[in-house]
Amino acid sequence: MTEEIIIAGFGGQGVLSMGKILAYSGVMQNQEVTWMPSYGPEMRGGTANVTVIVSDERISSPIVHEYDTAIILNQQSMDKFEKTVKPGGILLFDPNGITHPPKRTDIKIYAIEGVEEATRMGNPKTFNMIVLGAYLKLKPVVKTENVEKGLRKSLPERHHKLIPMNIDAIKLGMEKVKEFSM
Amino acid sequence: MATIEIKDIIKKENLVYGKTKILTDNIMHYCPGCSHGVTHKIVAEVIEELGIQDKTIGVSPVGCSVLAYNYLDIDWQQAAHGRAPALATATKRLMPDHYVFTYQGDGDLASIGAAEILHACNRGENITVIFVNNAIYGMTGGQMAPTTLLGMATATSPYGREVALHGYPLKITELIALLPGVAYVTRQSVQTPAAVRKAKKAIKKGFENQAKKIGTSFIEIVSTCSSGWKLSPVDSNRWMEEHMFKFYPLGDLKDSEKANEEDYKKYIE
Amino acid sequence: MGELKLMKGNEVIAEAAIRCGCDGYFGYPITPQSEIMETLMLEKPWETTGMVVLQAESEVASINMLYGGASCGKKVMTSSSSPGISLMLEGISYLAGAELPCLIVNVVRGGPGLGTIQPSQADYFQTTKGGGHGDYQVIALAPASVQEMNDFVGLGFDLAFKYRIPSLILTDGVIGQMMEKVIVADHKPRWTDAEIQKISGTWATTGKTKNRERHVVTSLNLESEKQEIHNHHLQAKYREIEVNEVRFEEFQTKDAEYLFVAYGSSARICQKSVELARAKGIKVGLLRPITVWPYPTVRIAELATKVKGMLAVEMSAGQMVYDVRLAVNGKIPVSHFGRYGGVIPSPGEVLEAMEKFIKGGK
Repeated sequence: MTEEIIIAGFGGQGVLSMGKILAYSGVMQNQEVTWMPSYGPEMRGGTANVTVIVSDERISSPIVHEYDTAIILNQQSMDKFEKTVKPGGILLFDPNGITHPPKRTDIKIYAIEGVEEATRMGNPKTFNMIVLGAYLKLKPVVKTENVEKGLRKSLPERHHKLIPMNIDAIKLGMEKVKEFSM
Repeated sequence: MATIEIKDIIKKENLVYGKTKILTDNIMHYCPGCSHGVTHKIVAEVIEELGIQDKTIGVSPVGCSVLAYNYLDIDWQQAAHGRAPALATATKRLMPDHYVFTYQGDGDLASIGAAEILHACNRGENITVIFVNNAIYGMTGGQMAPTTLLGMATATSPYGREVALHGYPLKITELIALLPGVAYVTRQSVQTPAAVRKAKKAIKKGFENQAKKIGTSFIEIVSTCSSGWKLSPVDSNRWMEEHMFKFYPLGDLKDSEKANEEDYKKYIE
Repeated sequence: MGELKLMKGNEVIAEAAIRCGCDGYFGYPITPQSEIMETLMLEKPWETTGMVVLQAESEVASINMLYGGASCGKKVMTSSSSPGISLMLEGISYLAGAELPCLIVNVVRGGPGLGTIQPSQADYFQTTKGGGHGDYQVIALAPASVQEMNDFVGLGFDLAFKYRIPSLILTDGVIGQMMEKVIVADHKPRWTDAEIQKISGTWATTGKTKNRERHVVTSLNLESEKQEIHNHHLQAKYREIEVNEVRFEEFQTKDAEYLFVAYGSSARICQKSVELARAKGIKVGLLRPITVWPYPTVRIAELATKVKGMLAVEMSAGQMVYDVRLAVNGKIPVSHFGRYGGVIPSPGEVLEAMEKFIKGGK
């Protein structure tokens, strides 16, 4: 199994940390992982993206030109990455702020109302975990218990009290994700 | 009357002066009248008197004193132009029980190495800096230095240094004295026996400060360069006293044995 | 043995430095490698191993701090990115001239000038063909994974002290910013004074004692005949390193008809291109130089008798390709594919370049 994922959105949406938690979760279940961020000034306020690869085998390139899954969280990233999903692959997006929804017919498209659900939960910071939950429902590459272990490993100890809330958010995302149709 | 044989005079009990063992027997390459020779000697004497030969690391510059390592029998590092304070910083931090000093000229310290000396002093590195200021680039043939006085003719200011063309002479020692990391800043000279004694005392204090770990000690020696100035050694000394001392007055600019931080608090008040 | 972690390439450089008993790090911030000093400052190794960490006033000061620290027989290192390394070149020449062991990390970014902060491999000439003034070499290790970033810190110091030469880790923002699994080594204590005396006691400036001559660390020689002798000595050492220390890795070269030659992050991308090519039935392999100096010239010359062509893939306008051409010596076609200025080629476009090369090469 090799899963090549791009997560793309605005800086501040938790794009990089969502990727990090996914990568940590992969490590927790003995898989090979790479986490390759776009870096630089565009991280501050502009777009941010990260390529995460989770695999049972040694990973060759941490940089790929097409993805099994694209998780897209703003319009700029939609414009850039919709076309990079492999035929038969998955595009998961949050319709919030998307003016031109995806049109491809050779891939599976899903939506998660991450921003809306996070606001409803009363904590906008859980947004990226809701999206991660939606993704894991579609592609259970890592088990929820390993995500919890991954969170434990990646978060500083003082934030460990937030782990149950993050797990709830993941579960909510799993529930709320739905197939997208125009 | 019995005649006195010379061999009867040369006896240990009659010894009134001896060359320090820290100075090697190598013949110095310095020009007649140059201040480096005397300055080397008093640094060497201080090292011997403090008994720190096995703990002293010298850092020589680029300039006339690049070959200082031929004359003082201690371990030496020879730095790139202006970078001696960087070498000394690392050496002292990695071997804090050692005595580390840089020996630099005015081109090396005040021009190309201005950043390194300012930052080393500002960090309060526990090192001693010997700054030999003869207001000229000696080694490369008498070009203008940052410390060259106004009106002074050099190979690159042949009509005399003028402000519009070359800017003002740099009082780097006064700048250094402003820095809270610095414990001791003084300006000395070595043209008379009395001046040599005072300069030696200052250098000794600079080395002793390293053991107290109170910050950087900076000793400027206002010097002559007979070859660069195109004057005889005697005339050089006279010219230095008449002109250099006016712009670079001798004496202590700072002498604080207090902790640097207290000094800084005063500074921000 | 060791400890499994998920870390960024830059962070692991810092971790490996602490764990391998490094005595001092001296650096200046520059993207994309500032995490190295940031990690060290966060870890506070001066409280545990006694390692000195200092933010210098410039890259020029950093490299000269290395000169001072290395003169004392200490394990000292710095890190920077391309523009900063350009500033250090004078110092690197002095270190090479004075035969001082040390470790320099260059996380290369796009140039020339201030360029970009994105990954690049355009400092190959600078690293392997001198860079600074005079005839000199540094041992240059090119990691292709976070694990190698970790391993080459220790290896870099070992080689530096074995030959009294600066070692340089030549990497870029892909490897530096990427996170991968890495097994970090167990802590090794810093060298004691007695160990330093044993290893570098014949030359290091540790203080002149009664039982030895004074030690002078210098690169200066006023007599040209003596300087020529010193140069002969340096060259003999470089030839010895070329015989002993060449490192490379081969990937599917056994039955390959065409070969990618690529180092560092480009090699990772090429590995994927090999997989894609093989899936299409094209017999392609990869030779990855691990040391870019000394270069695997001999092995490339051997492979030139077995394959039909070689394509050097670099994030530069074509620098390492010169070394491939020298090794191949006209026997088979050699070409270059590169993206540069901070652009990373995709495995797909690298494969396309190979397919084009094969067509033209036939």
